[in-house]
Amino acid sequence: MTMAGVDLTWNIARDVNNLFAYHFMVNAFRAGTAVAVVAAVVGWFMVLREETFAGHTLSVVGFPGAAGAVWLGLSASLGFFAFCVTAALFIAALPRRTRRGFSEESAVIGTLQAFALACGLLFASLYAGFLNGVTALLFGNFLGITNGQVATLVITAAVCVVVVALVYRPLVFASVDPDVATARGIRARALSVLFLVVLGVAVAAAAQITGALLVFALLVVPAAAAQAVTARPAASLALAVGFGLAIAWIGLAIAYYSPYPVGFWISAVALAIYSAARLFARSPGRRPVPAGSRVA
Amino acid sequence: MNALSFRSARVDLGGRTVWQGVDLEIPEREFVAILGPNGSGKSTMLNAILGLVPLAAGEILVHGRRPGVSNHDIGYLPQRRSFDPAVRIRGVDIVRLGLDGDRYGIPLPNARSRRERARVEELVELVGASDYAHRPIGQCSGGEQQRLLIAQALARRPPLLLLDEPLDSLDLPNQAGVAALVSNICRAVGVTVLIVAHDVNPILTYLDRVVYLGRGGAVSGSPDTVLTTETLTDLYQAPIEVLHASDGRLVVVGQPEAASYHPDLHHAHGPHGPHGTH
Repeated sequence: MTMAGVDLTWNIARDVNNLFAYHFMVNAFRAGTAVAVVAAVVGWFMVLREETFAGHTLSVVGFPGAAGAVWLGLSASLGFFAFCVTAALFIAALPRRTRRGFSEESAVIGTLQAFALACGLLFASLYAGFLNGVTALLFGNFLGITNGQVATLVITAAVCVVVVALVYRPLVFASVDPDVATARGIRARALSVLFLVVLGVAVAAAAQITGALLVFALLVVPAAAAQAVTARPAASLALAVGFGLAIAWIGLAIAYYSPYPVGFWISAVALAIYSAARLFARSPGRRPVPAGSRVA
Repeated sequence: MNALSFRSARVDLGGRTVWQGVDLEIPEREFVAILGPNGSGKSTMLNAILGLVPLAAGEILVHGRRPGVSNHDIGYLPQRRSFDPAVRIRGVDIVRLGLDGDRYGIPLPNARSRRERARVEELVELVGASDYAHRPIGQCSGGEQQRLLIAQALARRPPLLLLDEPLDSLDLPNQAGVAALVSNICRAVGVTVLIVAHDVNPILTYLDRVVYLGRGGAVSGSPDTVLTTETLTDLYQAPIEVLHASDGRLVVVGQPEAASYHPDLHHAHGPHGPHGTH
């Protein structure tokens, strides 16, 4: 049995054709494409800035937002966006004692993460008969994405990508070398706040396909795999987008033909791509970059 | 016009006066070391020149202008340990940021971009980093990273270069190498270099001038006139001894810990144990 009652044949053209036979699947690919692009671009900077912990926190906070919105009769995407952006502003307001990252605040953040998940559970149980919905919010769903949702995701993704493109070089500078960037007149602090908000939006968008807990499949994996393959910034950014699209498209296609959830397939494809990238980076013939070559 | 003039400059940080009454004139194209015990405000002096730290009194002029208004004319290398090994950006990209890192929008493959790529190659050669400039910066050694960062600081041909302890955390051969490199650049490119140093010895032979920070302000002059028992004793109003080792190295003995002096307490403190300048 498959999701749409369509079985895989050996005719690839027909299988691909079948994929787009239903409008819900077309919308899933549209939304998946928008989300994959924005998550890869924003995730690339998140990995460069070593802010994956912030990204994880934002995704966890999205869950009670979405569950609360559903409980109040609002749309889950509104809840994701509202909570993720608010949490991004909150993290941005935390004092930073270390040069970057916020390791000293990890205890506070960890506590908040647990509480956020618990609140999500509470909201879900307040909304009777929502048990299936909880799984979707946490682990993803691609069924029943409306045209309106697609439009929202495409627009937010486009806005995020344009914002990041506008501040591309100052953001790279402030990410790898905040002190020198500041001395050169770059407003590193303002950029950091701006980036966290963009990260919040990207996480909220991605969570609507992958679920709150599997966001990293689209946010971290494409960037990490691309950066393992090449250290050229433009090339690895482009490669990250390619990996993100591959993860989303292949994951959705497999989910369509299989009885198992999309979140699993997206994460499985992500793992496969990451492993392949790491193997490629270590393959003979490529310039060796072992950790041991670094002289302290 | 002098590269830098300080007139009765004073900086307070967290309610403490870091230094005061500093009067300095630093001519262009000199290679200058800023020396002093820990906490005497050496890095603060660079930050004041950049306008990142406000003056409590007096004034500083950078090429005749207020600090902070022409920072694009200053190459700055802050004190650091090193890049995280995980940073997957090449050395050439780091150098390139010195040219266009503060520009908004996406870099387009146009004539300007070709010019900048050529300039990056030139800078990489100037600091002798061609062998490793295309490796991820996190996988370069401390000395290699330092050379690439010096190239970045020089990218826009700034007339003034501020280096905060660039020799710190390098081994001795690399200290000698980077010191010689900075000195060569100072002469060849004609740039004024201010270098904050913990230990004067690796750069001693190259220096035109030293600025020694202490309790009474700062003394400035040639290394021979400043690094003497008399001058430093005068600066600290406490017995200081400058010893000459047989290999030409200098050791300053008896300088007080900066943290223990305070403008209104400075008669109450005598010299502490011996402290070398390394």
